[in-house]
Amino acid sequence: MNVAKVLDAKGLACPMPVVRAKKAMDELESGQVLEVQTTDKGAKNDLPAWAKTSGHTVIEMKEENGVLTFWIQKG
Amino acid sequence: MAQPKKKTTIILFSGDYDKAMAAYIIANGAAAYDHDVTIFHTFWGLNALRKEAPVPVQKGFLEKMFAKMMPRGADRMGLSRMNFAGIGPKLIKKVIKKHNAMPLPQLIEMAKEQGVKLVACQMTVDLLGLKPEELIDGIEFAGVAAYLADASEGNVNLFI
Repeated sequence: MNVAKVLDAKGLACPMPVVRAKKAMDELESGQVLEVQTTDKGAKNDLPAWAKTSGHTVIEMKEENGVLTFWIQKG
Repeated sequence: MAQPKKKTTIILFSGDYDKAMAAYIIANGAAAYDHDVTIFHTFWGLNALRKEAPVPVQKGFLEKMFAKMMPRGADRMGLSRMNFAGIGPKLIKKVIKKHNAMPLPQLIEMAKEQGVKLVACQMTVDLLGLKPEELIDGIEFAGVAAYLADASEGNVNLFI
């Protein structure tokens, strides 16, 4: 996967992961992929909800050692 | 994504730390959703916009009393429950730090950064004897009509 930008949002609580993801996404072009790493368990539902409503697509998600990683393609 | 922006409008009536925190978390989240966000501060919610340092202004007796009794700024607001004469807020701030959550003053800063429109209700500003220079910079003053104009186009509308 071609990741255009990696966002480290580990250790941050709500609403920061989504706020940071939005800021990072603003810097990307349509079609580019943002990787978001977070330890906020709420993000499991938050980021997909945000992505869907904002017109982006969650391509993949994985959970490893308490870290959630999302790959989100800009719409 | 060419459709017009969605809108979130929040009336912050409460001057409690926890309730204001909820309002600002939702506001910041909504801004991340690319909504146009307005927080309309009225009555005790205005305390969130007060500057921490006293500002020398001319006031009448009742206005001075209000100024004394109301918390000066977001950081000094009490909890709606378990305030325990100020111990509660100290504890909650500890817990906020421990969990890497954002304290209220930073949430307000971030809301401003994200372009959230902060509005002070002019009528209650006058009622409580607050002067514009006592409130933080970059806010607007308006009334019910301006609020309704925003809210009537709004998708999310909350009263906190």
